[in-house]
Amino acid sequence: MTDAIAPRYGRRRRTDKVMLGLCWAATAFGLGWLVLILFSLIWNGASGLDLAVFMEMTPPAGSTGGGLLNAIVGSLIITAIGVAIGAPLGMLAGTYMAEYGRYSKLASVTRFINDILLSAPSIIIGLFIYGAVVVPMHGATGIAGGIALAVIVVPVVVRTTEDMLLLVPNPLREAASALGLPRSHVIIKVAYKAARAGLITGVLLAVARISGETAPLLFTSANSPYWSVDPFHDAMANLPVTINNFVNNPDPNWRRLAWAAALIITFAVLVLNIVARVLGATRAPK
Amino acid sequence: MNAPATTTSMPSQSADGDKIAVKDLKFYYGNNLALKNITLGLRTNKVTAFIGPSGCGKSTLLRVLNRMYDLYPNQRAEGEVLLDGENILNPKQDLNLLRARIGMVFQKPTPFPMTIYENIAFGIRLYEKIAKSELDGRVEKALRGAALWDEVKDKLSASGLSLSGGQQQRLCIARSVAIHPEVILFDEPCSALDPISTSKIEELIDELQENYTIAIVTHNMQQAARVSEFTAFMYLGELVEFGDTSKIFTSPSQKRTQDYITGRFG
Ligand SMILES: Nc1ncnc2c1ncn2[C@@H]1O[C@H](COP(=O)(O)OP(=O)(O)O)[C@@H](O)[C@H]1O
Ligand SMILES: [Mg+2]
Repeated sequence: MTDAIAPRYGRRRRTDKVMLGLCWAATAFGLGWLVLILFSLIWNGASGLDLAVFMEMTPPAGSTGGGLLNAIVGSLIITAIGVAIGAPLGMLAGTYMAEYGRYSKLASVTRFINDILLSAPSIIIGLFIYGAVVVPMHGATGIAGGIALAVIVVPVVVRTTEDMLLLVPNPLREAASALGLPRSHVIIKVAYKAARAGLITGVLLAVARISGETAPLLFTSANSPYWSVDPFHDAMANLPVTINNFVNNPDPNWRRLAWAAALIITFAVLVLNIVARVLGATRAPK
Repeated sequence: MNAPATTTSMPSQSADGDKIAVKDLKFYYGNNLALKNITLGLRTNKVTAFIGPSGCGKSTLLRVLNRMYDLYPNQRAEGEVLLDGENILNPKQDLNLLRARIGMVFQKPTPFPMTIYENIAFGIRLYEKIAKSELDGRVEKALRGAALWDEVKDKLSASGLSLSGGQQQRLCIARSVAIHPEVILFDEPCSALDPISTSKIEELIDELQENYTIAIVTHNMQQAARVSEFTAFMYLGELVEFGDTSKIFTSPSQKRTQDYITGRFG
């Protein structure tokens, strides 16, 4: 190594070390919070978990015992409504954009608007559904909460559906068309099949996304201390709003249940993410 | 190779024995003219080979014959392509019906993401309502026809994607044959395959011409000479020479053809 190069080389090595150190620090900083959150969640949540949490209704303030059964069931119902409405809409729109309208102006406009919707603050979606559904129905209902969540599901599913279908190679579509299959068959029987794992993953990720959403539910499904399974008439209990109501209360029992609820949601989302990952990884070889 | 009773070097320009007659065909990608006034015929139950350097328009021509280009915007054809005397470029032409009559096998094997059995049965079911047992028979027949049956008969429910490249390509041929087309278009069907798979496919094409009119694009001159009765040499979107394969390869009338087949360019 010549004298001219040696100092420069040393400087590069030092820069490299410093940058690497910064990267590590940034990673540790980000991960650190996640670990802290998970740790405090498990620490506080696990001690509050008992069988009664899954068997009993949310208790009034100041009492002992009680559980989250009504909130768990309500959350399941509201989430199911959100997915049942949002996923098909999103898949249809995504299919239009990737297949029928791939080269059309309408698809690019839709894509643009969809991206805006994707980043819309969820509280605004909640307010919108409050005005559009809750006010005309004269009160908070499970269905209103479900619709608000559906509005969040749609852009996520549109995006994943379009992306996954665009990954399906064109020769496969051509091969199907070359057999004389009508366009709809080409899409349903061949393109969907080829993209199946990705499409399911997209829906699962959307479910994970909405299962912890609180803001869109505050004024739509609201919350209820009772067993509430009729989505059309009454406010419906659910986990996120229950956490919101319980966690700031001086009542230690409520705080305990809030932590337990947070742990349940986190665990459910974790499982959904893992399933989505596994499905995504087993996507058709090549 | 027994040449038919023709005297010109353009044997099938408007011969009655043509399954497909292409007349003054122009093809555009946007404003780009990719085919310039192509006129030729595909003789019924014969193999016609298309040779020429990359980008000369061989695939484009094939994709006009089953109107595959219709899947994309800004691509259009002018002129006439007569299938049994009817112009398939007519906007009223039912594309699915056309493609049921004209099968296509692509350069890269394109098995569908389903079982081997379903890959074949799928197309048949689209056109015919038949009982399971009959369907089984048809699937077997198609696979036998593509010389694949012995290799897959014990794993019909395995994914089509699990087969080797050569097997996948024969699966695709079986899939085409299963719906009884009249014409089969092959676009460089062997270019992704090893020599053994290649010779299997060539044998297959030789057998298929008994019942089908065949067009094959190939980069491999020996392959064209081996499998085809007629050969078209294309260059820069033009049909330079078209005639009996034996004549094209032994005494071409055009200098450019001569240069190409002797390997001086391309
Ligand atoms: N999708 C396309 N869009 C624009 N131009 C194309 C497209 N496909 C092919 N071409 C052009 O058309 C010409 C013929 O291409 P092609 O038919 O694929 O040639 P070959 O099969 O003989 O190699 C080439 O110049 C190519 O660049
Ligand atoms: Mg080509």
